[in-house]
Amino acid sequence: MGTQSCINIQKEWDIVGARQLGRDIAKKIGFGTVDQARIATAVSELARNIYLYADSGKVCFEAIETIDKKGISMIAIDSGPGISDISLVMQDGYSTSRGLGAGLPGVKRLMDEFDLISEKEQGTEVKTIKWLR
Amino acid sequence: MGNVIDLDAKNYKSLLKNYIETQDEKFLYRAEQISKSFLKNNILPEEIVNLHMQALDELYPSLSGEFQRSMNFLLETMISYGLAHQEFQTLREEQLALKSQIAVAASMQDTLLATSKPNIEGLDIGVISVPANQMNGDYHHFIESNDGSIGIALADVIGKGVPAALCMSMIKYSMDSFPENAMQPKSILENLNRVVERNVDPSMFITMFYAQYQPKDNKLHYASAGHEPGFYYNAKRDKFEEIEAKGLVLGVSLDAKYHQYNLHINKDDMIILLTDGVTECRQGERFIEREEVLNVIRDHAHLSAQEMVDRVYKYFQRLQNFQLRDDFTLIILRKDV
Ligand SMILES: Nc1ncnc2c1ncn2[C@@H]1O[C@H](COP(=O)(O)OP(=O)(O)O)[C@@H](O)[C@H]1O
Ligand SMILES: [Mg+2]
Repeated sequence: MGTQSCINIQKEWDIVGARQLGRDIAKKIGFGTVDQARIATAVSELARNIYLYADSGKVCFEAIETIDKKGISMIAIDSGPGISDISLVMQDGYSTSRGLGAGLPGVKRLMDEFDLISEKEQGTEVKTIKWLR
Repeated sequence: MGNVIDLDAKNYKSLLKNYIETQDEKFLYRAEQISKSFLKNNILPEEIVNLHMQALDELYPSLSGEFQRSMNFLLETMISYGLAHQEFQTLREEQLALKSQIAVAASMQDTLLATSKPNIEGLDIGVISVPANQMNGDYHHFIESNDGSIGIALADVIGKGVPAALCMSMIKYSMDSFPENAMQPKSILENLNRVVERNVDPSMFITMFYAQYQPKDNKLHYASAGHEPGFYYNAKRDKFEEIEAKGLVLGVSLDAKYHQYNLHINKDDMIILLTDGVTECRQGERFIEREEVLNVIRDHAHLSAQEMVDRVYKYFQRLQNFQLRDDFTLIILRKDV
């Protein structure tokens, strides 16, 4: 197991920093160009949600390994207002991008594993993993 | 998926090389086929850009770094297209599932609302009812009574699709529950008006025409709840007249009263009942005139009532480029003897 590297999200520019960090770690693990771009896009979506809806929070990356595979884990945590109806926001077409594939359902597609925990007024935690193929 | 892209990768590279060297159209044709195979196998645009980058790199290793970085840039801009493509795919599957559910509902509706044309000596009846979408918001029903009379109900829910269709089932089942002695046009509308007022959302309106034909004395008794006026064809004068009948749309006011009218029918006279899907046919921006319906009927007056309604439908279907904008129901009764 690698160590966690985190980046705080407060300003819009921090989204760029998070992308860069995520991409660098993904590259080091051995992800190709296409997957690097997908991971960076997922980072953007999660970091942007923190910036837009929760004011501040952080995105953390970690290289992970099991007996037979390697991957990257990405966790986005904030202590913002939380998401009250998770099933609703996970529906295609709900995001403000209106049917353009982005938003949380997009993150789920870009990554291999996706988990979301959110409590009203307490915050949101999105945990995702992408495995190296 | 991995296999397809590996296989196509080899193909892609050699096609690309051939094309760059010869600029022969046939390689572009093959490229078109590869692109279809990508689509079929859900290969996303960013993967294709990547494939292109790799092929170029292998074919022309000396291409400039600037160029390769520009391809990276292009790849990045494709990610959102890839996501949108996947979302459309999911939505398409969901839409197919919905469509087949509605198809089941529509066939249930057909069974629930089934009615058959009565066989009455001397009365030729033609009916056609076609929904604009899968489910019909028009409703017609024939009722044969013990005294030899027939009742003809024709209703139109303002609105289309599933909600309209659900509403129609309610109308039908309420009518079934009315006692035989309440089968006068006026009392039917008054009873239904109460059912609709109590049970249907106020934003939903139902218009209805109810007629009762008594062959014994050749009289048509009828009442209307705001329904599109039908026509009476007077054979002796060879003239169409509008069947005037006043009455409130169903469900607006709990104690609406309906006036009952009657009409004496002679040999070769016709009664034409319709919904606004017939008269509000549109050709481009132009609404057809109600007269046009009559002209088409007149053109086919030598045919049987059923052939007449079929022809009128075909005529307007074609006029509207085969896409009905509203549910279309047309009933023609003609006294033969
Ligand atoms: N970290 C978060 N904290 C609070 N609400 C969030 C968070 N992330 C997402 N949301 C809520 O979920 C909705 C959907 O998010 P998303 O799928 O990213 O689409 P979009 O951001 O385009 O609306 C947002 O509009 C927002 O209301
Ligand atoms: Mg978002």
